[in-house]
Amino acid sequence: MRLSLGSIRAVFTGDKEADKVVPPSGFTAQLTLFAAAAMAFLAVFALALSLAAGRLAQSWGEELARSATIRIVAPLDQRQVQTDGALRILETTRGVASARALTDAEQQALLAPWFGPDLALSDLPVPRLIEVTETAEGIDAAGLRLRLAAEVPGAVLDDHARWRAPLVKAASRLRLLGWVAIVLITAAVAAMITLAAQAALAANGQVIRVLRLVGATDDYIATAFVRRFTLRALGGAGVGMVLGMLTVLLLPSAGDAGNFLTGLGFQGWHWVLPLLIPVLAGAVAFAATGAAARRTLQELT
Amino acid sequence: MIELENVAYSYGGGELLSDISLKLAPGSFHFLTGPSGAGKTTLMKLCYGALLPTAGHVRLFGADVRGLGRDDIAVVRRRVGVVHQDVQFLDHLSVAENVALPLSVSGRHEEAAGGDLGELMSWVGLTNHVNALPPELSGGERQRAALARAVIMSPDVVLADEPTGNVDWDMSQRLLRLLIELNKMGKTVLIATHDLGLIRATKAHVQARVLRIANRKIQLAGADL
Repeated sequence: MRLSLGSIRAVFTGDKEADKVVPPSGFTAQLTLFAAAAMAFLAVFALALSLAAGRLAQSWGEELARSATIRIVAPLDQRQVQTDGALRILETTRGVASARALTDAEQQALLAPWFGPDLALSDLPVPRLIEVTETAEGIDAAGLRLRLAAEVPGAVLDDHARWRAPLVKAASRLRLLGWVAIVLITAAVAAMITLAAQAALAANGQVIRVLRLVGATDDYIATAFVRRFTLRALGGAGVGMVLGMLTVLLLPSAGDAGNFLTGLGFQGWHWVLPLLIPVLAGAVAFAATGAAARRTLQELT
Repeated sequence: MIELENVAYSYGGGELLSDISLKLAPGSFHFLTGPSGAGKTTLMKLCYGALLPTAGHVRLFGADVRGLGRDDIAVVRRRVGVVHQDVQFLDHLSVAENVALPLSVSGRHEEAAGGDLGELMSWVGLTNHVNALPPELSGGERQRAALARAVIMSPDVVLADEPTGNVDWDMSQRLLRLLIELNKMGKTVLIATHDLGLIRATKAHVQARVLRIANRKIQLAGADL
């Protein structure tokens, strides 16, 4: 069985007569279908994981890189003064697109997950946060720190680099892990189809001998098997993919935090990617069965 | 048609056949006889490319078998009808579909469903078993179905290995008449058998030559039969 346009076309157009020469195999056929479906289902999640991790790495790497926070740690009576001082400095700092102090309500919302909603912020020496959005060229963090130290003693500049770097690294690793999972799943599908095809070829030794005797070419015999397994893998993976996508669709949304953490799902054109899973499964089955059939036929005169 | 030139064949250690030269001319009728284990089946297999000679040359329709690719061998088999000693079928297909299988695998489906098939089935006396599955047939019926399958492509050569092995005398006569009829239509026929009665019965109808394998060689058996 050579890989050619003709041999691929033969898988889909088919030949009813050629189909009949391989006896139907009910139970093992269902096992192949099930395994292909299960693998495709898992592949959808591995793909979703990779893409989500990719989005995380990107947002943490790029979007957060263009923001910084200034913390005003000062006694309550001086807090407002120092905050205004810091904002004045920021107005004249190169690379700052905008800067604004968070209101009490916003700070309360940030702390609510940890302290509960009933916290009276005004009684506590909670530092005031200033959110700084940078322009594309960015700020000179060291220079800004020096100016702040001179004029606003309670100000601490945090450009997020300290905690961002390990998160970006973790997200990148997670993305890599997702792709490794997809590669492993593909390899497992190839191994599973090879085993199933090998078993079918061995069980149908008499069929193959008879076909050879009456003048069937290797391509004719191989296509009968390849077609069967390719269509099974394609169908099984199709069902698995649809179920996987439905499950992803029904995953609970991450809510407000979703902007920051991103949900484990597909966004935009990424919804097209899972559709490639059955195609990949079919291609893997095509190649694996073809190779198995070639090996078996070579042993026969 | 089929030509063997100084052919030898050895299995593992020992040599089974050596220095065999044989020419099956178009329209000839040959018997191949000899004690069991002498190499009759091996010689048959050499004649349709199932085995390659360990020495010498086998030419099928003018082409050296060593130079033929796997697809070439497949095409040769469409011109050579083979009836095996232990006939095998596709057990999940009906007798009619099995008989028409050579047509199907060579892409001639429309003929597989044609009237010739019915004629052929009645010729081998299997009209009532057209829709049966091969495992439901008796030994003799299997042999006849195999013969029908061997000739449906109208091959140039028919090779039959003990075609009367499993059948009674009447049936073997009937099978033989089928083969004689094929020969009269111009087919080359080679039958391996150890049934001398069968050979005698044939010689009354057709000019048959008898080849005997003895001591790894092939000899032309004379008029003593």
